[in-house]
Amino acid sequence: MRWIWDHIEELLATSWVHLGLALIPVLVGLLISIPLGWVAHHWRTARAILVPVSSLLYTIPSLALFVLMPLVLGTRILDPINVQAALTIYTVALLVRSVADSLDATPKDVIAAATAIGYGPTRRFFAVEFPLSVPVLVAGVRVAAVSNISLVSVGAIIGVGGLGLYLTAGAQLTPPNYAEIIAGIVLIVLLALIVDGLLVLLGRLLTPWTRARAGTVRR
Amino acid sequence: MDQGPGRDGAPVNVFELVWAWLTDPENWQKNFRDLGIPARILEHLTYTGLAIVFAVMIAVPIGIYVGHTGRGGFLVVGVANWFRALPELGLVILLVLAMGVALALQALTIVLVALAIPPLLAGTYSGLRNVDPEVVDAARGMGMRERDIVWRVEVPIALPLMLGGLRTATLQVIATASIAAYMGLGGLGRYVIDGQRFGTLEGYTMMAGGAVLIAALAIVVELTLAGVQRLVVSPGLRNRKFSRRETRVRTKPVEKTEVAIS
Repeated sequence: MRWIWDHIEELLATSWVHLGLALIPVLVGLLISIPLGWVAHHWRTARAILVPVSSLLYTIPSLALFVLMPLVLGTRILDPINVQAALTIYTVALLVRSVADSLDATPKDVIAAATAIGYGPTRRFFAVEFPLSVPVLVAGVRVAAVSNISLVSVGAIIGVGGLGLYLTAGAQLTPPNYAEIIAGIVLIVLLALIVDGLLVLLGRLLTPWTRARAGTVRR
Repeated sequence: MDQGPGRDGAPVNVFELVWAWLTDPENWQKNFRDLGIPARILEHLTYTGLAIVFAVMIAVPIGIYVGHTGRGGFLVVGVANWFRALPELGLVILLVLAMGVALALQALTIVLVALAIPPLLAGTYSGLRNVDPEVVDAARGMGMRERDIVWRVEVPIALPLMLGGLRTATLQVIATASIAAYMGLGGLGRYVIDGQRFGTLEGYTMMAGGAVLIAALAIVVELTLAGVQRLVVSPGLRNRKFSRRETRVRTKPVEKTEVAIS
């Protein structure tokens, strides 16, 4: 416990680094997967390529992907970009499919109604189809954010890991510094839970209509 | 520590080095440095298989019970979501240190089992929950005993989602097993950890070679399980979308359940 109080400032600073390593990929991944998901939704051929490729990429264990990133990007092994690029790949792999599926699920009547009141394809996408897919998107982003926060720590093995570095540093001491290891684990879980909670809130704010419906029409 | 391409701009083709490492016959047999790639793959698969067998023995009966009765469903889904937040590296380190190096394998297995249970549980539970209640009612109406309803109706229909949970669990375990080398255990992660100690281009070649093997192992296992899934799932269930269906009018009141499948 004493160790934690002595290092509290450092722990908090590292938490921010950790969040940056985990969440910038979520943001970038989201920005990439929306157009890709749209493409997959519109063209069968694109989907037939994008969906299997993303599930294949998702299959690759994080440690392996982190180590292979320098080969692909030409970066140094200790560059944090390796971890962020790998986590972006996971995020895109996860979200492309949810974006495509949720666009598929837009009710035909809704699209017809939007077209009937004069919405062109672009406006219809941004004003109707995309907002309707937000709940599915938020669910996907929650999974991506929480698993990224946990996966960043694997990077500690190759020297980039935000809070994960406390896990490896604590383990390398003799005797091991359990306070340091446990503090790392607890902070990672806490960050994940806080971010998850904030995303749930954000999802609610973005989709006021889902609550209105849940309140009035109950089956 | 500054290894990898681009360090001093030397035009070395790392891809060729990695390929040479992967195809070097010496790496495929026992030598002075290492047990050899086949032995490492076997270790990796042993850790994985052991953990999956234990996890299935624990998670599937619980998932079937909860899915069949509907009791405690929210707990199952909640646990599955919570576990995603746990850093697997931290668990491996903590448990191996706490149980001692002599029991490292047991410690690793406990962590792997713990990580495999949530997806298996969630898959089994949501699989059984997604079975059309009318089908269950029809089976009951035909006079089938509860046991037969579970094993001959619900489980076969739930199989796609159950196997989906198995695939997620297996991938998670393969990924975490590659971390085991950090705590002195074997498996393909050995190459990543040992290569890093060299801190040279040769070391990075070994790391990348190990990473390629880990990725390949995960992909081969995933494709194998996908193939198994095709073989064992009843033809009547193929090409059917399994999704949350809350709109159906239920003949028997079932409490509203939130099913989250990752």
